[in-house]
Amino acid sequence: MAIFSVYVVNKAGGLIYQLDHYAPRAESEKTFGFPLELVLRPHDERVLVAFGQRDGVRVGHAVLAINGLEVNGRFTGDGRDVLEYLSSPANFPVSIRFGRPRLSSNEKLMLASMFHSLFAIGSQLSPEQGSSGIEVLETDTFKLHCFQTLTGIKFVVLADPRQAGIDALLRKIYEIYSDFALKNPFYSLEMPIRYPLLLGQEQQQGPASPPPVTGAALEAAASSPLNV
Amino acid sequence: MTVHNLYLFDRNGICLHYSEWNRKKQAGISKEEEFKLMYGMLFSIRSFVSKMSPLDMKEGFLSFQTSKYKLHYYETPTGLKVVMNTDLGVGNIRDVLHQIYSYIYVEYVVKNPLCSLNETIQSELFRSKLDTFVRSLPFFSARAG
Repeated sequence: MAIFSVYVVNKAGGLIYQLDHYAPRAESEKTFGFPLELVLRPHDERVLVAFGQRDGVRVGHAVLAINGLEVNGRFTGDGRDVLEYLSSPANFPVSIRFGRPRLSSNEKLMLASMFHSLFAIGSQLSPEQGSSGIEVLETDTFKLHCFQTLTGIKFVVLADPRQAGIDALLRKIYEIYSDFALKNPFYSLEMPIRYPLLLGQEQQQGPASPPPVTGAALEAAASSPLNV
Repeated sequence: MTVHNLYLFDRNGICLHYSEWNRKKQAGISKEEEFKLMYGMLFSIRSFVSKMSPLDMKEGFLSFQTSKYKLHYYETPTGLKVVMNTDLGVGNIRDVLHQIYSYIYVEYVVKNPLCSLNETIQSELFRSKLDTFVRSLPFFSARAG
């Protein structure tokens, strides 16, 4: 039971705020000898498993770390190409950590605008008059809840399928958005909500101004969905 | 509780069958375009969901709901997609969609030598069996006729 992440999408489909709250660990680390029995392939600036599903390593998983060193896209921690590194027998035995690829900020942006379109198509294909867009989308691993305000801003929460109280959380997030983004004189509408930047600016303005708490408040709300 | 309509897509996105019961609003586009839009939406939702998921998925996308209707989705390993739109009161009907596949599609289309796969189903038998099955569902209410 958990809240996985929160997205705020403006009325044009742009992502203006994103928070990753909890990501369940789906990683597996194994030591391999040469030659590697998995087939790895570069895809979207990542190295993914293309063949050879075994021991928790699944097709589609990405190489996350080599010998405990985090991998940076297609390059190892010390700047060498992952595929090249793993093709040389001298580097074996090697311990590789695999897991579901984490979303990059570009992908999050793309997925947010994708949801914006799906939302619109969902209402167009309705068999009933006057339907809204997608409000709840259910899969076997998570449930997506979406709340669209009258002004067109969408608050999207990804949560565990059994998590209750998400409707209250969405209203609470709307409240926090209204209080800490809209009422902030430095926030311009439809633009990304960047509270650390604002924090920096306000500190420059003078010590009397209260610290902006959009992110902190959202995080707190996500941590205690049952108390809102 | 009621059933609005049902789409059956093959793995290439061809709409094999469409039938409707209590549908009050048309999409305002031709049926061919509606099928393409529906398939396109499901295709995108599948890709969206597989990227968003925090864990590896088994069944993937199951359903979504708006303020007025609920779309239930079931896909077989061969890529046949059964999509049923109902009202919001209907819970998980995965087994019902599976029954449509195994008791009706397999029995009256796959086992029918006169039905060619991968194109719109012409069989009147299939149509009537499906209609009878859906009308006998506990959550099918004929009140709107």
